[in-house]
Formats: sequence, C-alpha cells, structure tokens
Amino acid sequence: MFKKINSDKVTKIVLVSVASVIILVAGGMVFSLVGGAIPAFQKFGIGFIFSGTWDPTAGRESYGAMPFIAGTVITSVLALLIALPLSFSTSLFLGEYYRNKPVAKILGTMVDLLAGIPSIVYGLWGFYVLRPVLVDMGLPNQGFGVFTASLILAIMIIPYATSLSNEIIAMVPSDLKEAAYSLGATRLEVITNVTLPAARSGIFAGYILAFGRALGETMAVTMLIGNSNLIPKGLFSTGNSMASLIANQFGEAEGLKLSSLIAIGLILFVLTGIINGIGKMIIKRMG
Amino acid sequence: MQNTDTHRNKGLPRTRLLKDKAARWLVIAFSVLTISPIILIIYKLIVKGIGQISFDFVTQTTPDTFEAMTAVASGERIPGGIANGIAGTVLMVVLASVIAIPIGIITGIYLYENQGKKRADFVRNISDILQGVPSIVLGLIAYLWVVKHITQGFSALAGSAALAIMMLPMMVRSTEETFKMIPVSLKEAALALGVPYYRVILQVMIPTGFSGIMTGILLAVSRVIGETAPLMLTALGSTLVNWDVTRPTSAIPLLIWEFYNDPNMVGLIWSSSLLLMGLVLIFNLLSKWIASNRT
Amino acid sequence: MNENILQITDPVLSLHDLTVAYDTNKAVKNVSVGFRKNSVTAIMGPSGCGKSTLLRAINRMHELYENITTTGQIILNGTDITQMPTIQVRRRMGMVFQRPNPFPTMSIYDNVIAGYKLNGIRLKKGEKDDIVEKSLTDVTLWDEVKDSLFKRGTFLSGGQQQRLCIARALAFSPEIILLDEPTSALDPIATSKIEDLLVHLKENYTIILVTHNMAQAARISDYSLFMYLGDLVEYDKTKKMFTNPRDRRTEEYLTGKFG
Repeated sequence: MFKKINSDKVTKIVLVSVASVIILVAGGMVFSLVGGAIPAFQKFGIGFIFSGTWDPTAGRESYGAMPFIAGTVITSVLALLIALPLSFSTSLFLGEYYRNKPVAKILGTMVDLLAGIPSIVYGLWGFYVLRPVLVDMGLPNQGFGVFTASLILAIMIIPYATSLSNEIIAMVPSDLKEAAYSLGATRLEVITNVTLPAARSGIFAGYILAFGRALGETMAVTMLIGNSNLIPKGLFSTGNSMASLIANQFGEAEGLKLSSLIAIGLILFVLTGIINGIGKMIIKRMG
Repeated sequence: MQNTDTHRNKGLPRTRLLKDKAARWLVIAFSVLTISPIILIIYKLIVKGIGQISFDFVTQTTPDTFEAMTAVASGERIPGGIANGIAGTVLMVVLASVIAIPIGIITGIYLYENQGKKRADFVRNISDILQGVPSIVLGLIAYLWVVKHITQGFSALAGSAALAIMMLPMMVRSTEETFKMIPVSLKEAALALGVPYYRVILQVMIPTGFSGIMTGILLAVSRVIGETAPLMLTALGSTLVNWDVTRPTSAIPLLIWEFYNDPNMVGLIWSSSLLLMGLVLIFNLLSKWIASNRT
Repeated sequence: MNENILQITDPVLSLHDLTVAYDTNKAVKNVSVGFRKNSVTAIMGPSGCGKSTLLRAINRMHELYENITTTGQIILNGTDITQMPTIQVRRRMGMVFQRPNPFPTMSIYDNVIAGYKLNGIRLKKGEKDDIVEKSLTDVTLWDEVKDSLFKRGTFLSGGQQQRLCIARALAFSPEIILLDEPTSALDPIATSKIEDLLVHLKENYTIILVTHNMAQAARISDYSLFMYLGDLVEYDKTKKMFTNPRDRRTEEYLTGKFG
C-alpha cells in the first residue's frame, strides 16, 4: 500500500549487520575461551577450579585455579575496603559539601586524572616509591604481597567508585534536604539521614563496578603481588591473581599449560561478567 | 554554604555540632589523601624522567642491554630512545581506531534508531558486557584469533585487534549518547526535504554530533594508549621500528615493562612513563576541551 | 458523510478516509477533506485532537516510526501519493516545524538550498545564488541577511530562523507548504511577520497550518478545519465557521469552553 524507498531499506540492513558484529565478537570470545579451556577441564575435571596446585614440571603437570581465584578475590575485596572511606569522602566532597564550587572542579579533574594513569605506571610507582615505605614500616617479603597490591589497586579503583557515587549524591533532590535542614538538622545529620539513604543503591552500584575493575587489573598487581603460585596465607603473603598469572606465565605456554591459562581466563571473564552484571542491574533498577 | 551552616547551627547541642564539624574535616582530609597519589606520581615522573627526554629519546630505538650497562657503569646517560615503542604504539592505535571507530559509530547509530527494541537492548547489553572484560582476557582472545590463526605469530595486527575490541564499546556508547542529544526536529527537517535516510545520517546527524563523537574517540584512544597486558600476549615487542602489521611490534608500555625487567635499562623507565603519561594527558585534555566547546 | 464538511471542487490536495493509528490507538479517524489551491487552511482543535498527526500524515512523516500505521488515500494534483516513494512526495511539499530548526552546521546560504545539497543535486553556482536570493526574498529575509549569507544560521533571532526554515522549504518550489504551529515558539512581533508572510505566500503556494491559536486562524486562514478526538468535526470557510459554527463542539471550542 504505502511504498518504502529502497535506499532506506538498505540503510536499515547495513545498520543491523554492523551492529551484529559486536554480537559475533562477544559470542566468538566465549566460544574461543571455552574451546581453549576444554582440554584443561577434560584432564582435571571441575576440580580444576578448586585445586591448589600449579606445577608445570614436565611429566607431572598439574594445574589448578584456586590460588589465583583466591589471590584475585582477596586483593580486590581488600582494595575495595581500603578505597571505601577514601572514595566515599571524595564523593561527599564533590557531590555534597563543595558541589558546583571551583574547588570541586579541580578535585574532580584530579580524580579523573587518577583514572587515566596507566596500570604499568601505577605498578612502577608502587614498586619504587610505595614498597620501600612499606618495607620501612615492617612489611615482610621485601614489601611484595597481597597487602601492597591491594593498596595500589585501591588507589586505582577510587575514581571509578567516586564518579558514579558523586553523581548520584548530587542528584538527591534539594527539597528533601531542605526539609531536613528546616527541622534543625546539621549537615552531617542531613547526609546520614536523607542524602545517603536516597543515594544508597547508586553508591552501592558504584562500588560493585569498581570491584569489577579491580578483579581484572593486571600490571600493577603483577608487579607488587610477589608472584608465588600458592593460596595466600595471610595479609602480607605473596600470591598471584588470575590476571597476573596469565601475564607472567603466558610466554612459552603451550598444550596443557596454555589450556589451563585459558581456563583461568575464562573463569576471570565469567567472574567479572557476573559482578559487572550485578552492578548494571542495580543501576537499571534505580531507573 | 559555610554561612548557612553556622546560622542553622546556632543554639544546638554541642556534641552534634562537634560531630558535624569533625565529619566535614574528615571528608576534606580523606579527599586530599585520595588525590595525593596523583600529585606524587606526576612529581616522581617529572623529577626522575625529565632529564632523559630529548630529541634523541623520541627518534632513536632502544639500546641493547650491553650499551646500557656500559653507560650506567661509566655514569653516563643511557643512549638511544624509544622510537620503536612510539612507532609501534602509533601503528597499533591507528589500526585499532580504523577498525573500531566505524563499526562503533554505526552500531551506536543502530542503537539510536532502535530505542526500546529488544534486539537493540540486547546489542547494548553485549556492548556493556564487552566493556567490562579485563584487558588481559582480550589479549588472550586476540592471541587465539590472530596470533594463532591469522599471522601465525606475534604481530601488530594481534595487538591492534585487542585494542580495537577495547575501543569498540566506548565508541558505541558515546555515539548513541551523542545522537540522542541531537534534537529530533533536525532529523525530521532533513527527512521532510525528501532526503534519504543514509544521507541524513552522513550529512546532518554526524556533522551535528561531530564534537560528541570526537570526544568519544579521544577518550577511547587515551584509554588504550597505556595498555600493557593485552600487548604482552599479542605484539610481544621488538627492538626495531616496525610498520609491518604481521610482525611483532613494540609499544611504549611494552618498552616500559622491558626496561623494568632489565637491571641495566631501569634508568629509562621514568622518562618513558613520563612520555606515556604526557600522551594520555594530551588526549584526555583535548577531549575535555572539545566537550566544553560543544555549546 | 458529515454534512459539516465543506466540499471543495477541484481540490489541489484531497484526503480520503485517512486514518492514523499509534499501535491500536486511532489518533486520526477516517478523515476525508479537500484543500483548495492557493489558500490558507488552518487545522485547529484542543490538545490531543490529532491535528499534528493529520498534518504529518500528508507528507508521510509517520512512516519513520514503525508503530504508526496509516491507511487511506492522499491525492495531490490527481496522483495518489501514497503509492509514490516517500522521497518524491516530500520534495513536493515543504514542512516547517514548531521550533525553528536551521541546520546548525550549515551557513544561511547552505540552509536555504539544503534540500538540494542533502539530496546530492548539483546546481551551478549561478542557479544556487538565484534560488537563495529568491527564497530569502520571498520570506522577506533577504535584506536582513544578504551580507551574512555565509555565517551560521544560529545567530539569527527566533523569528528570522523560522523564516529561514520557510525559505528552506520554498527552495524546492513545493506545491504544498505544511506548517506545524510555526509561531508558537516566537514572540508577537515575529509571529505577526510570519502571519503576513503566509498570507502573501498563498498567491503561489497552498498553505496548510496547524495552530492552537484561534485568533491566528481567524486572522489569516481562508478555510478552517476543526478536529476533536481524532474526528474531523467541521470544515468550512473560516469566516463562516467562526461566526456560525454548525457543530456544537466547534462552537464550544471557539467560545473557549475547552482548550
């Protein structure tokens, strides 16, 4: 009845086709990771995930993911805990106390700058500047270990946690806050009783996403975690994260070892996917 | 705000006031603590790195470890530079951009055109998931796809592939956001003139959204310039300036990693990092400047 | 058949049983009406009555949106334009929108000939100059902008921008000009300039405009079309309809009982 011009149809087809590329890439990624990991899972079964051995000696190769899952999770959780008070304060500074003031702009820019520093530069600074300070303070293992890595990781994820939270905090409607002020509340009381409850899920989502970032960080962690392939026993033991293991051991890896590394990559992919998915879902729920 | 605070705080119990004041000071203290690393890091980079930066530094390739050793031993400045790294970074970032930018923009336009449709939401979700994938995993993928199957060995192409996958979701999102900010009536005015849709996109919407798209590109570039991990698994590194995409290539972050691991070359890490930071900063500031000029 | 709809002999444009539905919700219901050549017709009605929807159906703008279905016929100078490619249809009609929207990345000059430029139609410089001058003169903008033709259009005032948009629509020498509340975003002086312009333009074009301002309809239109909840309630010569409305709903609208 109503005729459509051909070129518009072609345009539509082009748009859909190109958009499909990204789907193919994602699908291909899963396919390749799973395919590459299969040999390892075939050899070690599902126990691969829980096994604590990483022994590349020829003849009795045995690989397991647990030390690295532990390393990743411990450093990321610790990093989040360290980052929390700092990032939280910064969000309040930017979104509440000094909102729209010039000093907030400057601070905001500097926090953005933190996000722009490449991982390897953080690693260098951690290695040459932070580590000696920590060694002076009594840290064992030459300052390498879970704690040091977590500390640097914390600094790295602060901008991610801050940027989402401070927007959410700034979005809390002023009439809610003014109602509280007019009842005689102090700034602190308005923040704890009005602003934070309103911004709660946004702030939470910000931290989840920051956690997701921490899970995948490679270079800085590699340079500071000590690179031992055992489950970290204590706060200051050395260890390895999934990402740092892959970076370190990839060089001449082949066969079963390569497959195990790919399997660990798959586990990392799934883990970050889940965490990021949760964060995004929370944001969606907030509308 | 200070005045209204004290005005409101008149006549309140002391503990509440003290708590309030303490909280404010805590927030300020922690905020300062938060940004102190950036100040310290940049300070360190400049102080230790500026000395090595020179014309030679950016035009010559890396010295080998013996040259470096003798220079250090005799207290001289290490010769050579990071030209191979700069060339490699340029090669791979440009190639990654050539791949990711068109695909990202068109995908972003697709999302803009199909707001609320299920398939578009799916694409958007996939893009968001892709954005969260750790860069080392992308390196793994590029290794499996390109190093293993296409170039049969480490190559700049593989490195570019990993970087391209990193840039793609960023381009998709920034394009969609940019287009959403263009008033619909502009699109309709062009269509009302009987213009076919593809021309409306190319001649009206993209030019109007140019600064937004440019911002997206600059941010994406500034993000991938500093990436090391994926390149370790794909481009590997090289001591020569290499423009052949099928061979291994160096990159500035890769060189920094090599210097870090070689006791003789360690002196070069600060200047290389300074250069790298400088590049990241330039792109970052450029994108901010374009974004603010948008009005 | 509604007897409150004036029958036009030899209409330049006529709509037959035109229905526009958003998903299942009908915004325009079975409208049949004819428009006389070289006249100004005002489409009026309260918010939500379907007047903009009706206007946009004429140049088939609804086909951009998948959830909108249009049925019926639209005959322009004897041809059923629903069977033509939309691109051809739209070049025979000009549309002016509520908010002035000159293309921000183009100069005033390029905005006027945007129809040609965007369609890739190449003209000689002389031809382009002529079209630009004629269109801008027709909208009484030429003297005001002739020295700044190559500047961006966005520095002009709202009223000037809207006249630029009209010039852009005129550059194709369309037969019909469709305007969707063209003055609602403008100040009174700019509004009256454009109203004078429309009255002047009808000598060479057929003008159909949607307006929520009854006084405007009374001032400048020859014919008025009153819509209510998607139905075409009454259509008559403006003077007649305003002094002696035939339908009770028309009368209530005109006397301000609802807005």
